[in-house]
Amino acid sequence: MTLIKRLLDGDKRACARLISQVENNVQGINEKLKEIYPMSGGAYVIGITGPPGSGKSTLTDKLVKLFRKEGKKVGVIAVDPTSPFTGGSILGDRVRMNDLSNDSGVFIRSMGARGHLGGLSDATSAAITILDVYGCEYIFLETVGVGQSEVEVMKSADTTVMVMVPGLGDDIQAIKAGIMEIGDVFAINKADLDGAKRTKREIDMMLDFSEKSWRPPVTLVSALKDENIDVLKEDILKHCDYLKVHNLYHTERKNNVKSEILSLVIKEVKNKIIGKEENNKLLEELSRKVAIREADPYTASETIMELLKK
Amino acid sequence: MRPIRVLVAKPGLDGHDRGAKVIARALRDAGMEVIYTGLRQTVNQIVNAAIQEDVDCIAVSILSGAHETLLPKIANLLKEEGVDDILFIAGGVIPEDDIPSLKERGVAEIFTPGTPTTVTIDYIKENIRR
Repeated sequence: MTLIKRLLDGDKRACARLISQVENNVQGINEKLKEIYPMSGGAYVIGITGPPGSGKSTLTDKLVKLFRKEGKKVGVIAVDPTSPFTGGSILGDRVRMNDLSNDSGVFIRSMGARGHLGGLSDATSAAITILDVYGCEYIFLETVGVGQSEVEVMKSADTTVMVMVPGLGDDIQAIKAGIMEIGDVFAINKADLDGAKRTKREIDMMLDFSEKSWRPPVTLVSALKDENIDVLKEDILKHCDYLKVHNLYHTERKNNVKSEILSLVIKEVKNKIIGKEENNKLLEELSRKVAIREADPYTASETIMELLKK
Repeated sequence: MRPIRVLVAKPGLDGHDRGAKVIARALRDAGMEVIYTGLRQTVNQIVNAAIQEDVDCIAVSILSGAHETLLPKIANLLKEEGVDDILFIAGGVIPEDDIPSLKERGVAEIFTPGTPTTVTIDYIKENIRR
């Protein structure tokens, strides 16, 4: 039986293997993705993002359990950073989701970012499609711990949950551009810590200035103590309803798909250039020359672009 | 080249994870993707995680003395699930005398205290099945 048939039958090993093939860019994977893509689109994707150690994995664990109570099949994609030196990584998000490993209605996949910088990995979009076709009704997409500008998750998720914790900075941080703008729903985690209410107030003030018709709710939660997670879940569902009622669901997805297509094009161009031995040699040679100021990077990039015309 | 994926787990009731963390770190530095699952894993949790993560290798660390029970159970569950392409290795305080029978019951290799991490790394690189 083919991998795709097995995937459609709900075979977890087929699902896992297909995701690996995407991650490793195995020959022929695009053909498989083309085949399953028309069957996808049913899953609702919830992005979970926030700084390192803010409790994204623990929060995901608690949210997944709530969705599981309703019998919904859930997928989780958890991305952790890859070493820029060795290519290795420690993928540790499962440590906070141990109970879920016993639940056959939950499929968790950890991914190394593998050099991708926006908070996700190259393979996440396709992995979402695969989990969707596998039958997951909700897919949680947990980013690497983010800093200030890793906003990519909003392009893959229908609802983005921004997880904040108290004590990371003052109200100037709250009004900065970047990740503070992408939350559809805010969760202030570790709400029992000093300053949690103040953090909530600062974020509330920042959001009150927004002129968008959706005002993101800000909720104090404690993932570890399992407090207020039900409120957070309601916040997420309200945002989902808002998208549907205002017919934004498809507009948002169109924008998301646009950036997915673009990134596939960029990936293809990159592969075309560095996929060939001789091109790699040229790139090496050009880099060497630029480093010792025998050439400049602008001419070098033009030389490389010439390769594409061949 | 694709990175080798390894699940590092601690089965059973044993709270000492220093060794597991040292191994996880060493494998990371060898360019592998290490899925670290933490303490007190059941056999079911380990096998399920390994399947979902599509790993090349399961490396369990066990210091509790329960290796005779837990290690064969992991090997059996893998077999039951029809998994034949995951390399299953173990490390920890395991008496020499117990090793041959554990190998007969499905553990590919066992690394006892004092093994240089490079030995484990090379073993994984040479023995993964795909």
